[in-house]
Amino acid sequence: MGGELRFVQGNEACVEGAMYAGLDFFAGYPITPSTEIAELLASRLPLKGGKFLQMEDEIASICAIIGASLTGNKVMTATSGPGFSLMQEGLGYAIMAEIPCVIVDVQRGGPSTGLPTKVSQGDVNQARWGVHGDHAIVALTASNHQDVFSITVDAFNFSETYRTPVILLFDEVIGHMRERLKIPEPGEIPLVERLKTSVKEGVDYHPYLQREDGRLPMSDFGGVHRYNVTGLFHDMWGFPSEKPSVVHELMRHLVDKIDHHVDKMARYREYFIEDAEMLLISYGSSARSALHMVTDRRQHGERVGLLELQTLWPFPAAVVREKTRNARYVVVVEMNMGQMLQPVKAAVEKPERVFLANRVDGVLITPADILNILRLIQGKGV
Amino acid sequence: MVFSGSGGQGVITAGIILAEAAVLHENLIAVQSQSYGPEARGGATRCDVIIAESPIHFPKVIQPNVLICLTQQSYATFFPLLRPGGLLLTDNRYVKLGKKVDARQIELPMYETVMEKIGRPIVFNICMLGAVIGLTKLVRPESIIKVLETQIPLSFLDMNRQALDLGLKLSEGIGD
Repeated sequence: MGGELRFVQGNEACVEGAMYAGLDFFAGYPITPSTEIAELLASRLPLKGGKFLQMEDEIASICAIIGASLTGNKVMTATSGPGFSLMQEGLGYAIMAEIPCVIVDVQRGGPSTGLPTKVSQGDVNQARWGVHGDHAIVALTASNHQDVFSITVDAFNFSETYRTPVILLFDEVIGHMRERLKIPEPGEIPLVERLKTSVKEGVDYHPYLQREDGRLPMSDFGGVHRYNVTGLFHDMWGFPSEKPSVVHELMRHLVDKIDHHVDKMARYREYFIEDAEMLLISYGSSARSALHMVTDRRQHGERVGLLELQTLWPFPAAVVREKTRNARYVVVVEMNMGQMLQPVKAAVEKPERVFLANRVDGVLITPADILNILRLIQGKGV
Repeated sequence: MVFSGSGGQGVITAGIILAEAAVLHENLIAVQSQSYGPEARGGATRCDVIIAESPIHFPKVIQPNVLICLTQQSYATFFPLLRPGGLLLTDNRYVKLGKKVDARQIELPMYETVMEKIGRPIVFNICMLGAVIGLTKLVRPESIIKVLETQIPLSFLDMNRQALDLGLKLSEGIGD
Protein backbone atom coordinates (compact mmCIF):
# COMPACT_ATOMS: atom_id res chain seq x y z
CA MET A 1 0.00 0.00 0.00
CA GLY A 2 2.22 2.78 -1.23
CA GLY A 3 -0.43 5.36 -2.09
CA GLU A 4 -0.65 9.03 -1.31
CA LEU A 5 -1.18 9.99 2.33
CA ARG A 6 -3.88 12.58 2.94
CA PHE A 7 -5.55 14.28 5.90
CA VAL A 8 -9.20 14.64 4.99
CA GLN A 9 -12.82 14.77 6.09
CA GLY A 10 -14.91 11.60 5.79
CA ASN A 11 -16.92 13.25 3.03
CA GLU A 12 -13.69 13.72 1.08
CA ALA A 13 -12.72 10.08 1.69
CA CYS A 14 -16.07 9.16 0.12
CA VAL A 15 -15.33 11.41 -2.87
CA GLU A 16 -11.90 9.81 -3.28
CA GLY A 17 -13.44 6.34 -3.11
CA ALA A 18 -16.04 7.27 -5.71
CA MET A 19 -13.40 8.71 -8.06
CA TYR A 20 -11.30 5.58 -7.59
CA ALA A 21 -14.34 3.41 -8.39
CA GLY A 22 -14.81 5.27 -11.68
CA LEU A 23 -17.58 7.77 -10.94
CA ASP A 24 -18.62 9.55 -14.16
CA PHE A 25 -21.69 11.52 -13.18
CA PHE A 26 -22.97 13.23 -10.03
CA ALA A 27 -26.22 15.12 -9.61
CA GLY A 28 -27.22 16.52 -6.26
CA TYR A 29 -28.66 19.24 -4.11
CA PRO A 30 -26.37 20.34 -1.29
CA ILE A 31 -27.44 19.69 2.29
CA THR A 32 -25.55 19.65 5.58
CA PRO A 33 -23.74 17.46 6.56
CA SER A 34 -23.15 16.03 3.08
CA THR A 35 -22.36 19.28 1.24
CA GLU A 36 -18.60 18.74 0.95
CA ILE A 37 -19.24 15.72 -1.29
CA ALA A 38 -21.03 17.87 -3.88
CA GLU A 39 -18.58 20.73 -3.42
CA LEU A 40 -15.53 18.57 -4.05
CA LEU A 41 -17.04 16.69 -6.96
CA ALA A 42 -18.03 19.97 -8.62
CA SER A 43 -14.32 20.69 -9.01
CA ARG A 44 -12.99 17.14 -9.36
CA LEU A 45 -15.37 15.46 -11.80
CA PRO A 46 -15.05 17.85 -14.76
CA LEU A 47 -11.25 17.46 -14.63
CA LYS A 48 -11.58 13.79 -15.59
CA GLY A 49 -14.25 14.43 -18.19
CA GLY A 50 -17.11 13.60 -15.84
CA LYS A 51 -20.25 15.61 -15.28
CA PHE A 52 -21.48 17.45 -12.20
CA LEU A 53 -25.01 18.79 -12.09
CA GLN A 54 -26.55 20.79 -9.29
CA MET A 55 -30.26 20.05 -9.49
CA GLU A 56 -33.30 21.96 -8.25
CA ASP A 57 -34.01 19.38 -5.55
CA GLU A 58 -33.37 15.83 -4.44
CA ILE A 59 -36.16 14.30 -6.53
CA ALA A 60 -34.55 15.67 -9.65
CA SER A 61 -31.12 14.59 -8.38
CA ILE A 62 -31.95 10.91 -8.10
CA CYS A 63 -33.86 10.96 -11.39
CA ALA A 64 -30.85 12.53 -13.11
CA ILE A 65 -28.45 9.85 -11.86
CA ILE A 66 -30.87 7.10 -12.88
CA GLY A 67 -30.97 8.47 -16.41
CA ALA A 68 -27.22 8.93 -16.55
CA SER A 69 -26.63 5.40 -15.29
CA LEU A 70 -28.84 3.95 -18.01
CA THR A 71 -26.66 5.63 -20.61
CA GLY A 72 -23.64 3.73 -19.32
CA ASN A 73 -22.19 5.90 -16.55
CA LYS A 74 -21.21 5.16 -12.97
CA VAL A 75 -23.32 7.58 -10.95
CA MET A 76 -23.79 8.92 -7.43
CA THR A 77 -25.78 11.47 -5.47
CA ALA A 78 -25.32 12.64 -1.89
CA THR A 79 -27.78 13.99 0.63
CA SER A 80 -28.95 13.84 4.24
CA GLY A 81 -32.20 12.70 5.89
CA PRO A 82 -34.61 15.33 4.53
CA GLY A 83 -33.28 14.89 0.99
CA PHE A 84 -33.18 11.12 1.38
CA SER A 85 -36.92 11.23 2.15
CA LEU A 86 -37.51 13.01 -1.15
CA MET A 87 -35.41 10.45 -3.00
CA GLN A 88 -37.48 7.45 -1.95
CA GLU A 89 -39.72 7.51 -5.01
CA GLY A 90 -36.76 7.55 -7.38
CA LEU A 91 -35.01 4.93 -5.27
CA GLY A 92 -37.99 2.60 -5.68
CA TYR A 93 -37.90 3.20 -9.42
CA ALA A 94 -34.19 2.34 -9.54
CA ILE A 95 -34.87 -0.86 -7.60
CA MET A 96 -37.69 -1.85 -9.95
CA ALA A 97 -35.87 -0.90 -13.15
CA GLU A 98 -32.60 -2.36 -11.80
CA ILE A 99 -30.44 0.71 -12.30
CA PRO A 100 -26.94 0.69 -10.74
CA CYS A 101 -26.48 3.85 -8.67
CA VAL A 102 -24.97 4.96 -5.36
CA ILE A 103 -26.86 7.19 -2.92
CA VAL A 104 -24.93 8.69 -0.02
CA ASP A 105 -26.92 9.69 3.07
CA VAL A 106 -24.75 11.50 5.61
CA GLN A 107 -27.15 11.20 8.51
CA ARG A 108 -28.20 14.05 10.77
CA GLY A 109 -30.92 14.28 13.40
CA GLY A 110 -34.52 13.83 12.24
CA PRO A 111 -37.38 13.54 11.54
CA SER A 112 -38.02 16.50 9.26
CA THR A 113 -35.27 19.13 9.17
CA GLY A 114 -34.42 17.92 12.67
CA LEU A 115 -30.90 18.69 13.79
CA PRO A 116 -29.06 19.87 10.66
CA THR A 117 -25.55 19.96 12.09
CA LYS A 118 -25.68 17.16 14.65
CA VAL A 119 -24.98 13.47 14.43
CA SER A 120 -27.59 10.72 14.29
CA GLN A 121 -28.02 7.21 12.91
CA GLY A 122 -31.76 7.54 12.54
CA ASP A 123 -32.04 6.63 8.85
CA VAL A 124 -31.11 2.95 9.17
CA ASN A 125 -34.70 1.80 8.77
CA GLN A 126 -35.48 4.45 6.20
CA ALA A 127 -32.70 2.97 4.11
CA ARG A 128 -34.33 -0.43 4.52
CA TRP A 129 -38.00 0.43 4.17
CA GLY A 130 -38.30 4.02 2.98
CA VAL A 131 -39.45 2.68 -0.37
CA HIS A 132 -42.96 1.23 -0.53
CA GLY A 133 -43.57 -2.30 -1.69
CA ASP A 134 -41.53 -5.44 -1.09
CA HIS A 135 -37.92 -5.09 -2.10
CA ALA A 136 -34.37 -5.82 -1.03
CA ILE A 137 -31.78 -3.10 -0.53
CA VAL A 138 -28.05 -2.74 0.02
CA ALA A 139 -26.89 -0.22 2.65
CA LEU A 140 -23.27 0.07 3.79
CA THR A 141 -21.42 2.19 6.33
CA ALA A 142 -17.98 2.65 7.89
CA SER A 143 -16.37 4.18 10.96
CA ASN A 144 -13.00 5.46 9.72
CA HIS A 145 -11.82 7.17 6.58
CA GLN A 146 -9.84 4.26 5.16
CA ASP A 147 -12.96 2.13 5.43
CA VAL A 148 -15.15 4.96 4.08
CA PHE A 149 -12.94 4.90 1.00
CA SER A 150 -13.06 1.15 0.49
CA ILE A 151 -16.74 0.74 1.34
CA THR A 152 -17.51 3.44 -1.25
CA VAL A 153 -15.65 1.36 -3.83
CA ASP A 154 -17.62 -1.69 -2.63
CA ALA A 155 -20.85 0.29 -3.09
CA PHE A 156 -20.07 0.92 -6.76
CA ASN A 157 -18.97 -2.69 -7.25
CA PHE A 158 -22.14 -4.10 -5.66
CA SER A 159 -24.35 -1.73 -7.63
CA GLU A 160 -22.82 -2.91 -10.90
CA THR A 161 -22.72 -6.59 -9.96
CA TYR A 162 -26.32 -6.79 -8.80
CA ARG A 163 -27.76 -3.96 -10.91
CA THR A 164 -29.14 -2.24 -7.88
CA PRO A 165 -29.06 1.05 -6.00
CA VAL A 166 -26.64 0.96 -3.07
CA ILE A 167 -26.98 3.31 -0.12
CA LEU A 168 -23.96 4.61 1.76
CA LEU A 169 -25.18 5.46 5.23
CA PHE A 170 -22.57 7.70 6.84
CA ASP A 171 -23.16 10.18 9.67
CA GLU A 172 -22.23 13.74 10.59
CA VAL A 173 -19.27 12.79 12.77
CA ILE A 174 -17.70 10.60 10.09
CA GLY A 175 -18.53 13.08 7.34
CA HIS A 176 -16.97 16.08 9.02
CA MET A 177 -14.10 14.78 11.15
CA ARG A 178 -10.63 14.74 9.66
CA GLU A 179 -8.12 11.91 9.84
CA ARG A 180 -5.59 10.16 7.67
CA LEU A 181 -6.44 8.45 4.43
CA LYS A 182 -4.01 6.53 2.30
CA ILE A 183 -5.27 6.49 -1.27
CA PRO A 184 -4.73 2.97 -2.61
CA GLU A 185 -2.79 2.57 -5.84
CA PRO A 186 -4.83 1.94 -8.99
CA GLY A 187 -5.62 -1.76 -9.18
CA GLU A 188 -5.12 -2.33 -5.46
CA ILE A 189 -8.90 -2.64 -4.98
CA PRO A 190 -10.59 -4.53 -7.85
CA LEU A 191 -13.31 -2.63 -9.70
CA VAL A 192 -16.46 -4.06 -11.23
CA GLU A 193 -17.22 -2.47 -14.57
CA ARG A 194 -20.58 -2.26 -16.29
CA LEU A 195 -21.63 -5.61 -17.75
CA LYS A 196 -22.58 -4.75 -21.32
CA THR A 197 -24.62 -6.88 -23.68
CA SER A 198 -22.87 -8.71 -26.47
CA VAL A 199 -26.02 -8.47 -28.59
CA LYS A 200 -25.13 -6.65 -31.80
CA GLU A 201 -26.93 -3.75 -33.39
CA GLY A 202 -30.01 -4.82 -35.34
CA VAL A 203 -30.49 -7.92 -33.16
CA ASP A 204 -33.24 -7.97 -30.52
CA TYR A 205 -31.90 -7.09 -27.08
CA HIS A 206 -33.87 -8.12 -23.99
CA PRO A 207 -32.93 -5.72 -21.18
CA TYR A 208 -34.47 -7.92 -18.49
CA LEU A 209 -33.49 -11.36 -19.72
CA GLN A 210 -31.15 -12.92 -17.17
CA ARG A 211 -27.98 -14.71 -18.07
CA GLU A 212 -27.41 -18.13 -16.53
CA ASP A 213 -25.67 -16.51 -13.57
CA GLY A 214 -28.67 -14.26 -12.97
CA ARG A 215 -26.97 -11.07 -14.13
CA LEU A 216 -28.57 -8.69 -16.61
CA PRO A 217 -26.20 -7.26 -19.25
CA MET A 218 -27.01 -3.64 -20.09
CA SER A 219 -27.10 -1.68 -23.30
CA ASP A 220 -26.43 2.05 -23.11
CA PHE A 221 -29.80 3.74 -23.36
CA GLY A 222 -30.03 5.85 -26.50
CA GLY A 223 -27.41 3.66 -28.15
CA VAL A 224 -27.82 0.87 -30.65
CA HIS A 225 -30.78 -0.90 -29.01
CA ARG A 226 -34.27 0.44 -28.44
CA TYR A 227 -35.89 -0.80 -25.27
CA ASN A 228 -38.39 0.22 -22.61
CA VAL A 229 -37.71 1.08 -18.97
CA THR A 230 -40.57 1.37 -16.50
CA GLY A 231 -41.46 1.38 -12.82
CA LEU A 232 -44.33 -0.97 -13.59
CA PHE A 233 -43.86 -4.71 -13.33
CA HIS A 234 -42.41 -5.67 -16.66
CA ASP A 235 -41.41 -8.56 -18.89
CA MET A 236 -38.00 -9.33 -20.38
CA TRP A 237 -38.45 -6.61 -23.02
CA GLY A 238 -39.10 -4.06 -20.28
CA PHE A 239 -42.75 -3.62 -21.24
CA PRO A 240 -45.44 -3.43 -18.55
CA SER A 241 -47.05 -6.72 -17.63
CA GLU A 242 -49.71 -7.71 -15.11
CA LYS A 243 -49.35 -11.40 -15.87
CA PRO A 244 -49.21 -13.07 -12.42
CA SER A 245 -46.31 -15.32 -13.38
CA VAL A 246 -44.27 -12.35 -14.67
CA VAL A 247 -45.07 -10.26 -11.59
CA HIS A 248 -44.22 -13.10 -9.23
CA GLU A 249 -40.98 -13.93 -10.98
CA LEU A 250 -39.79 -10.33 -11.03
CA MET A 251 -40.57 -9.82 -7.34
CA ARG A 252 -38.67 -13.00 -6.45
CA HIS A 253 -35.79 -11.92 -8.64
CA LEU A 254 -35.56 -8.43 -7.07
CA VAL A 255 -35.46 -9.89 -3.55
CA ASP A 256 -33.39 -12.98 -4.24
CA LYS A 257 -30.63 -11.26 -6.19
CA ILE A 258 -29.73 -9.41 -2.99
CA ASP A 259 -30.74 -11.88 -0.28
CA HIS A 260 -28.95 -14.81 -1.92
CA HIS A 261 -25.68 -12.87 -1.83
CA VAL A 262 -25.72 -11.71 1.79
CA ASP A 263 -22.49 -13.60 2.43
CA LYS A 264 -20.69 -11.93 -0.46
CA MET A 265 -21.82 -8.50 0.69
CA ALA A 266 -21.33 -8.96 4.44
CA ARG A 267 -18.59 -6.51 5.44
CA TYR A 268 -17.70 -6.28 9.13
CA ARG A 269 -14.80 -5.93 11.53
CA GLU A 270 -14.28 -7.78 14.76
CA TYR A 271 -12.28 -6.81 17.84
CA PHE A 272 -11.56 -9.11 20.82
CA ILE A 273 -14.53 -11.32 20.02
CA GLU A 274 -13.17 -14.83 20.76
CA ASP A 275 -13.53 -14.78 24.54
CA ALA A 276 -15.87 -11.80 24.95
CA GLU A 277 -18.54 -12.14 27.61
CA MET A 278 -19.96 -8.74 26.72
CA LEU A 279 -20.20 -8.25 22.99
CA LEU A 280 -20.94 -4.82 21.58
CA ILE A 281 -22.44 -4.51 18.10
CA SER A 282 -22.12 -1.12 16.50
CA TYR A 283 -21.49 0.72 13.22
CA GLY A 284 -20.51 4.14 11.91
CA SER A 285 -19.25 6.76 14.35
CA SER A 286 -20.77 5.04 17.41
CA ALA A 287 -18.49 2.06 16.64
CA ARG A 288 -15.52 4.38 17.31
CA SER A 289 -16.83 5.06 20.80
CA ALA A 290 -17.51 1.36 21.30
CA LEU A 291 -13.98 0.44 20.15
CA HIS A 292 -12.45 3.08 22.42
CA MET A 293 -14.33 1.66 25.36
CA VAL A 294 -13.53 -1.98 24.46
CA THR A 295 -9.81 -1.27 24.01
CA ASP A 296 -9.74 0.54 27.35
CA ARG A 297 -11.57 -2.17 29.30
CA ARG A 298 -9.42 -4.91 27.77
CA GLN A 299 -6.44 -3.21 29.39
CA HIS A 300 -8.27 -3.73 32.68
CA GLY A 301 -8.75 -7.41 31.88
CA GLU A 302 -12.47 -7.20 31.13
CA ARG A 303 -13.72 -9.60 28.49
CA VAL A 304 -15.51 -7.21 26.19
CA GLY A 305 -15.49 -7.30 22.39
CA LEU A 306 -16.89 -5.47 19.42
CA LEU A 307 -18.52 -6.58 16.20
CA GLU A 308 -18.56 -3.60 13.86
CA LEU A 309 -21.06 -3.96 11.03
CA GLN A 310 -20.31 -2.27 7.74
CA THR A 311 -23.03 -4.02 5.78
CA LEU A 312 -26.29 -3.07 7.48
CA TRP A 313 -28.60 -4.29 4.69
CA PRO A 314 -28.94 -7.03 3.65
CA PHE A 315 -28.59 -7.76 7.36
CA PRO A 316 -25.78 -10.28 7.90
CA ALA A 317 -27.82 -12.41 10.29
CA ALA A 318 -25.62 -15.49 10.00
CA VAL A 319 -22.51 -13.48 10.94
CA VAL A 320 -24.27 -11.92 13.93
CA ARG A 321 -25.60 -15.28 15.09
CA GLU A 322 -22.17 -16.88 14.82
CA LYS A 323 -20.23 -14.08 16.49
CA THR A 324 -22.65 -13.68 19.40
CA ARG A 325 -22.81 -17.38 20.21
CA ASN A 326 -20.43 -17.28 23.17
CA ALA A 327 -21.39 -13.90 24.57
CA ARG A 328 -23.38 -13.63 27.78
CA TYR A 329 -24.72 -10.23 26.85
CA VAL A 330 -25.00 -8.43 23.55
CA VAL A 331 -25.22 -4.64 23.55
CA VAL A 332 -26.18 -2.78 20.39
CA VAL A 333 -24.57 0.66 20.40
CA GLU A 334 -26.24 3.13 18.06
CA MET A 335 -27.56 6.67 17.87
CA ASN A 336 -31.25 6.05 17.35
CA MET A 337 -34.10 4.44 19.25
CA GLY A 338 -32.93 0.92 18.47
CA GLN A 339 -33.13 0.46 14.71
CA MET A 340 -30.38 -2.20 14.51
CA LEU A 341 -31.48 -3.68 17.84
CA GLN A 342 -34.43 -5.45 16.21
CA PRO A 343 -32.57 -7.38 13.48
CA VAL A 344 -29.86 -8.29 16.02
CA LYS A 345 -32.53 -9.68 18.39
CA ALA A 346 -34.03 -11.64 15.53
CA ALA A 347 -30.64 -13.10 14.62
CA VAL A 348 -29.28 -14.23 18.00
CA GLU A 349 -30.12 -17.36 19.94
CA LYS A 350 -31.13 -15.51 23.11
CA PRO A 351 -32.86 -12.22 22.23
CA GLU A 352 -33.58 -11.51 25.90
CA ARG A 353 -29.82 -11.04 26.37
CA VAL A 354 -29.67 -8.19 23.83
CA PHE A 355 -29.64 -4.61 25.16
CA LEU A 356 -29.53 -1.15 23.65
CA ALA A 357 -26.92 1.51 24.44
CA ASN A 358 -28.06 4.60 22.60
CA ARG A 359 -28.02 8.36 22.53
CA VAL A 360 -30.47 10.47 20.55
CA ASP A 361 -29.61 14.05 21.55
CA GLY A 362 -27.35 14.98 18.66
CA VAL A 363 -24.20 14.22 20.65
CA LEU A 364 -21.81 11.38 19.76
CA ILE A 365 -22.29 8.60 22.29
CA THR A 366 -19.20 8.50 24.55
CA PRO A 367 -17.20 5.54 25.83
CA ALA A 368 -18.39 6.52 29.33
CA ASP A 369 -22.05 6.39 28.22
CA ILE A 370 -21.52 2.84 26.95
CA LEU A 371 -19.59 1.74 30.03
CA ASN A 372 -22.38 3.02 32.31
CA ILE A 373 -24.94 0.94 30.45
CA LEU A 374 -22.68 -2.12 30.60
CA ARG A 375 -22.38 -1.73 34.35
CA LEU A 376 -26.14 -1.49 34.70
CA ILE A 377 -26.64 -4.66 32.66
CA GLN A 378 -24.08 -6.45 34.81
CA GLY A 379 -26.01 -5.31 37.90
CA LYS A 380 -23.08 -3.22 39.10
CA GLY A 381 -24.72 0.20 38.99
CA VAL A 382 -23.10 3.16 37.28
CA MET B 1 -6.50 19.69 22.77
CA VAL B 2 -9.18 22.31 22.13
CA PHE B 3 -8.77 25.48 20.09
CA SER B 4 -11.49 28.01 20.83
CA GLY B 5 -12.35 31.56 19.90
CA SER B 6 -14.91 33.26 17.71
CA GLY B 7 -15.72 32.85 14.04
CA GLY B 8 -13.16 34.51 11.78
CA GLN B 9 -10.18 34.21 14.12
CA GLY B 10 -9.00 31.12 12.30
CA VAL B 11 -8.94 28.78 15.29
CA ILE B 12 -10.41 25.92 13.29
CA THR B 13 -7.90 26.45 10.49
CA ALA B 14 -5.05 26.46 13.00
CA GLY B 15 -6.25 23.17 14.48
CA ILE B 16 -6.52 21.56 11.06
CA ILE B 17 -3.02 22.71 10.08
CA LEU B 18 -1.53 21.31 13.28
CA ALA B 19 -3.30 17.97 12.92
CA GLU B 20 -2.37 17.71 9.25
CA ALA B 21 1.28 18.48 10.03
CA ALA B 22 1.28 15.74 12.67
CA VAL B 23 -0.14 13.16 10.27
CA LEU B 24 1.69 14.03 7.06
CA HIS B 25 5.08 15.13 8.38
CA GLU B 26 5.56 13.67 11.87
CA ASN B 27 4.24 10.16 11.32
CA LEU B 28 1.76 10.65 14.16
CA ILE B 29 -1.93 9.80 14.37
CA ALA B 30 -4.31 12.75 14.57
CA VAL B 31 -8.03 13.40 14.43
CA GLN B 32 -9.65 16.80 14.08
CA SER B 33 -13.30 17.70 14.54
CA GLN B 34 -15.22 20.87 15.18
CA SER B 35 -18.51 21.94 16.63
CA TYR B 36 -20.89 23.07 13.96
CA GLY B 37 -24.22 24.70 14.53
CA PRO B 38 -25.74 27.86 15.98
CA GLU B 39 -23.07 28.14 18.65
CA ALA B 40 -20.39 28.29 15.95
CA ARG B 41 -21.81 31.49 14.51
CA GLY B 42 -20.77 34.49 16.52
CA GLY B 43 -20.60 32.37 19.64
CA ALA B 44 -17.78 30.19 20.84
CA THR B 45 -16.04 28.29 18.02
CA ARG B 46 -14.46 25.01 19.02
CA CYS B 47 -11.98 22.82 17.21
CA ASP B 48 -10.93 19.50 18.77
CA VAL B 49 -7.57 17.98 17.91
CA ILE B 50 -6.24 14.70 19.27
CA ILE B 51 -2.64 13.75 18.50
CA ALA B 52 -1.30 10.36 19.51
CA GLU B 53 1.16 7.64 18.65
CA SER B 54 -1.52 4.93 18.64
CA PRO B 55 -4.91 4.72 16.91
CA ILE B 56 -7.54 7.23 18.04
CA HIS B 57 -11.06 5.85 18.14
CA PHE B 58 -13.31 8.31 20.00
CA PRO B 59 -12.75 11.51 18.02
CA LYS B 60 -13.96 14.15 20.47
CA VAL B 61 -11.99 15.76 23.27
CA ILE B 62 -13.55 15.30 26.70
CA GLN B 63 -10.82 16.79 28.88
CA PRO B 64 -8.16 18.73 26.96
CA ASN B 65 -4.50 18.71 27.99
CA VAL B 66 -4.08 21.89 26.02
CA LEU B 67 -6.73 24.59 25.73
CA ILE B 68 -6.39 27.70 23.62
CA CYS B 69 -8.94 30.47 24.19
CA LEU B 70 -8.93 33.59 22.04
CA THR B 71 -12.09 35.22 23.38
CA GLN B 72 -13.51 35.85 26.84
CA GLN B 73 -16.61 33.86 25.96
CA SER B 74 -14.66 30.83 24.80
CA TYR B 75 -12.54 31.03 27.94
CA ALA B 76 -15.67 31.09 30.11
CA THR B 77 -17.23 28.21 28.16
CA PHE B 78 -14.31 25.82 27.85
CA PHE B 79 -12.00 26.56 30.78
CA PRO B 80 -13.89 24.18 33.11
CA LEU B 81 -13.03 21.31 30.72
CA LEU B 82 -9.27 21.68 31.10
CA ARG B 83 -7.51 18.68 32.59
CA PRO B 84 -5.88 19.41 35.97
CA GLY B 85 -2.23 20.21 35.33
CA GLY B 86 -3.03 21.06 31.71
CA LEU B 87 -1.95 24.05 29.67
CA LEU B 88 -4.12 27.10 29.03
CA LEU B 89 -2.98 29.58 26.40
CA THR B 90 -4.80 32.89 26.06
CA ASP B 91 -4.21 36.22 24.35
CA ASN B 92 -4.16 39.00 26.90
CA ARG B 93 -5.87 41.45 24.56
CA TYR B 94 -8.98 39.28 24.41
CA VAL B 95 -9.06 37.31 27.62
CA LYS B 96 -8.96 38.46 31.22
CA LEU B 97 -8.15 35.45 33.36
CA GLY B 98 -10.28 34.55 36.33
CA LYS B 99 -9.11 32.61 39.33
CA LYS B 100 -5.87 30.67 39.20
CA VAL B 101 -6.31 26.93 39.16
CA ASP B 102 -4.23 23.80 38.85
CA ALA B 103 -3.02 24.50 35.31
CA ARG B 104 -0.25 26.29 33.48
CA GLN B 105 -1.97 29.52 32.56
CA ILE B 106 0.02 31.32 29.91
CA GLU B 107 -1.02 34.72 28.63
CA LEU B 108 0.81 36.01 25.57
CA PRO B 109 0.40 39.27 23.63
CA MET B 110 -0.02 37.43 20.34
CA TYR B 111 -2.51 39.78 18.69
CA GLU B 112 -0.58 42.87 19.73
CA THR B 113 2.72 41.41 18.45
CA VAL B 114 1.23 40.43 15.11
CA MET B 115 -0.27 43.90 14.64
CA GLU B 116 2.96 45.59 15.64
CA LYS B 117 5.39 43.48 13.58
CA ILE B 118 3.23 42.45 10.61
CA GLY B 119 0.20 44.70 10.78
CA ARG B 120 -2.22 42.10 9.39
CA PRO B 121 -4.65 40.36 11.75
CA ILE B 122 -5.20 37.45 9.33
CA VAL B 123 -2.06 35.69 10.55
CA PHE B 124 -3.03 35.96 14.24
CA ASN B 125 -3.95 32.26 14.20
CA ILE B 126 -0.58 31.21 12.79
CA CYS B 127 1.22 33.24 15.47
CA MET B 128 -0.93 31.42 18.03
CA LEU B 129 -0.01 28.11 16.40
CA GLY B 130 3.69 29.06 16.67
CA ALA B 131 3.23 29.67 20.39
CA VAL B 132 1.35 26.38 20.80
CA ILE B 133 4.07 24.28 19.19
CA GLY B 134 6.74 26.30 21.00
CA LEU B 135 5.11 25.47 24.31
CA THR B 136 4.12 21.87 23.60
CA LYS B 137 6.76 20.69 21.07
CA LEU B 138 4.00 18.62 19.47
CA VAL B 139 5.36 19.04 15.95
CA ARG B 140 8.38 20.77 14.43
CA PRO B 141 7.92 24.25 12.93
CA GLU B 142 9.14 22.88 9.56
CA SER B 143 6.18 20.50 9.50
CA ILE B 144 3.76 23.42 9.92
CA ILE B 145 5.56 25.30 7.14
CA LYS B 146 5.27 22.28 4.84
CA VAL B 147 1.49 22.25 5.34
CA LEU B 148 1.25 26.01 4.86
CA GLU B 149 3.15 25.70 1.59
CA THR B 150 0.44 23.46 0.16
CA GLN B 151 -2.47 25.59 1.36
CA ILE B 152 -1.47 29.22 1.12
CA PRO B 153 -0.88 31.40 -1.96
CA LEU B 154 2.83 31.98 -2.45
CA SER B 155 2.52 35.72 -1.85
CA PHE B 156 1.17 35.13 1.67
CA LEU B 157 3.70 32.49 2.66
CA ASP B 158 6.33 34.84 4.02
CA MET B 159 3.82 36.62 6.19
CA ASN B 160 2.72 33.29 7.64
CA ARG B 161 6.31 32.17 8.23
CA GLN B 162 6.95 35.43 10.04
CA ALA B 163 3.81 35.00 12.18
CA LEU B 164 4.81 31.44 13.09
CA ASP B 165 8.25 32.71 14.14
CA LEU B 166 6.72 35.48 16.25
CA GLY B 167 4.63 32.90 18.08
CA LEU B 168 7.64 30.64 18.61
CA LYS B 169 9.65 33.58 19.99
CA LEU B 170 6.86 34.63 22.34
CA SER B 171 6.83 31.13 23.81
CA GLU B 172 10.60 31.00 24.27
CA GLY B 173 11.87 31.13 27.81
CA ILE B 174 8.56 30.11 29.30
CA GLY B 175 9.72 27.18 31.37
CA ASP B 176 7.81 23.99 31.95
